[in-house]
Amino acid sequence: MNRMPAWADAVLVPLISILLAAILSALVILAIGENPVAAFSLMVEGALMRSTGWGYTLYYATNFTFTGLAVAVAFHARMFNIGGEGQAMIGGLGVALVALYIPWPHWTLALAGATLAGGLFGAAWAFIPAWLQATRGSHIVITTIMFNFIAAALLNYVLVNLMRPVGAMEPASATFPPATHLPTFQDMFAFGGTLFRGSPANVTFFLAVLACIAVWLLIWRTRLGYEIRAFGHSDTAARYAGISTVRITVLAMLISGALAGLMGLNTTMGEAERLVLNATEGAGFIGIAVALMGRSHPVGVFLAALLFGFLYQGGAELALWTDIPRELITVIQALVILFTGALDNMVRMPLEAMFGALRARRGPKPKPTSPRD
Amino acid sequence: MSFVRKTLGSVAALALSAGAALADPALIYDLGGKFDKSFNEAAFNGAQRWAEETGGEFRDIEIQSEAQREQALRRFAENGFNPVVTTGFSYSTIIANVAPDYPDTKFVTIDGYVDPEAHPNVLSILFSEHEGSFLVGMLAAMASESGTVGFVGGMDIPLIRKFACGYAQGVKAVNADATIISNMTGTTPAAWNDPVKGSELAKAQISQGADVIFAAAGGTGLGVLQTAADEGILSIGVDSNQNYLHPGSVLTSMLKRVDVAVYEAMSAGEELETGVQVLGLAEEGVGYALDENNAELIGDEMQAAVNEAQAKIIDGEITVHDYTSDDSCPALTF
Repeated sequence: MNRMPAWADAVLVPLISILLAAILSALVILAIGENPVAAFSLMVEGALMRSTGWGYTLYYATNFTFTGLAVAVAFHARMFNIGGEGQAMIGGLGVALVALYIPWPHWTLALAGATLAGGLFGAAWAFIPAWLQATRGSHIVITTIMFNFIAAALLNYVLVNLMRPVGAMEPASATFPPATHLPTFQDMFAFGGTLFRGSPANVTFFLAVLACIAVWLLIWRTRLGYEIRAFGHSDTAARYAGISTVRITVLAMLISGALAGLMGLNTTMGEAERLVLNATEGAGFIGIAVALMGRSHPVGVFLAALLFGFLYQGGAELALWTDIPRELITVIQALVILFTGALDNMVRMPLEAMFGALRARRGPKPKPTSPRD
Repeated sequence: MSFVRKTLGSVAALALSAGAALADPALIYDLGGKFDKSFNEAAFNGAQRWAEETGGEFRDIEIQSEAQREQALRRFAENGFNPVVTTGFSYSTIIANVAPDYPDTKFVTIDGYVDPEAHPNVLSILFSEHEGSFLVGMLAAMASESGTVGFVGGMDIPLIRKFACGYAQGVKAVNADATIISNMTGTTPAAWNDPVKGSELAKAQISQGADVIFAAAGGTGLGVLQTAADEGILSIGVDSNQNYLHPGSVLTSMLKRVDVAVYEAMSAGEELETGVQVLGLAEEGVGYALDENNAELIGDEMQAAVNEAQAKIIDGEITVHDYTSDDSCPALTF
């Protein structure tokens, strides 16, 4: 097999994919009679040139980091967790319950409590599919996606019938008490000025960065991480080595669900400060694209999350100031997902062939050594 | 370098054109999107009518995520748009957060409620959907031969229960023994745009004997109306006048004049009077649609009965219970 150097695998493939997606998007924008250069510069302007734009970009990136990490951890155990959406919803429910019904004296304590609750609720939602997969062989893709719908129905029931303040029209909980207010970037960095004014990025962003480090430590520096990777590479070999497949399946999914659940911190406690019905709005699915693009590595996930944050915020600017319909903005976002996720091999295979040819020209391969030497 | 300059130039041009739009009104739709043939489209039609009649311009946005609600409000307010009109109750809490930062901008929330004393620059426009639903409920009961009528709601939220509850009361007012079958399409926002499921629900209700079905379900309702026409029973449309969709099968439509509300807010411009407006039967904010498409379906007797009830509701002689006032309904259990 032709192997590429690591830098090409990690940097070159995603870059070329994004470039292809950008070219195709430009053609689509041209086709409806708008100027792609103006559209792109408007996206950059709106997402990266103003502090408020960064505030939104980082807010979205925080969501995608959590869900991307969730999918990545499951990927390492060769499992496809499509249930990030539902796990994030239920995680948000946990966050809301803790923030509403426990009188916290200070936001730091509230954040710690909500982190615990969000993680626990998310993990609990992932537990049943994981257990079914491990002991009954029910395919995790099917069960997790079905649990998304159950989560949506459950959340709707809880919001409409239990948590909604009487007389309120919206299916949303009451606003959290002020003591649970998480510092936004404006609170932290503006010092009374207008830096990051009104943007939703908050202290949870740093929690997402910490989560990246924690996942890296877990996967590559702990025994559990080793077991997860071993199980992912070959479950029969892992079983032969004495690794319990039930235990690894359940643990990997619990960690995955907990990470997805933590997304609720950002949307529910950081941004809305109350539990709204569709707080996750597809971030669980974007997480799949983020994990694919980031090669299931925390650094890659973080960078991919930033890219998608930019696409979301840039897309909002396009919707605000141009007549490009929002369906087309979704098309542009989808093209990036398509090229970085689904069509990965289209870029990868020619590149691999190219690197193989380069290597072959540089010199003949060393003969494989026999086991006896 | 010239590429960069050209790029910067076009950005500047865009920024300028945004700045030049001083004191134009802006319209922010709910997640359902601009062309939902129902609620948001009614708002768009109102704005469009204003633009055509006055030659003015307005900017609108279809948001894609929850976080964009606040973003769109702030960006429009910062760029001098006035008033900023929003459709859907989901904006009320966010407007309450944003409005104090832009005291010179008038915000309008249609279907939402913002405390007028705490936020003097916000106009809340509410509709008495239960009153309009009561009238179409009466028509349904009078048109029904089987004594069983149906209701198909969109997403199961209090607002739709308010429709259902008013409808059920109207039915019971005419025929106390009538059976009302009530179904909600779903529990996620996708329920607003699922005509296939609307059609399935309508078929299920027909098999239970329903011969008039009221659809208060946005785009999903189109499936209900279609199935009713195919199966030869009657249906009732919602928000906009949908009688024309299947002439002879759509008994009437429960009108909710979102278009009028938007038109009037934009006409008032910066001089908009803020506070709380409740548009009911008396204000002609809600009502039932009567045109050449359903003239044959609604006889003089029916019309007289409904008009009498309408007068009594306006006088306060009949009070229609509002589900959202205490989260309960005397005529229907959910």
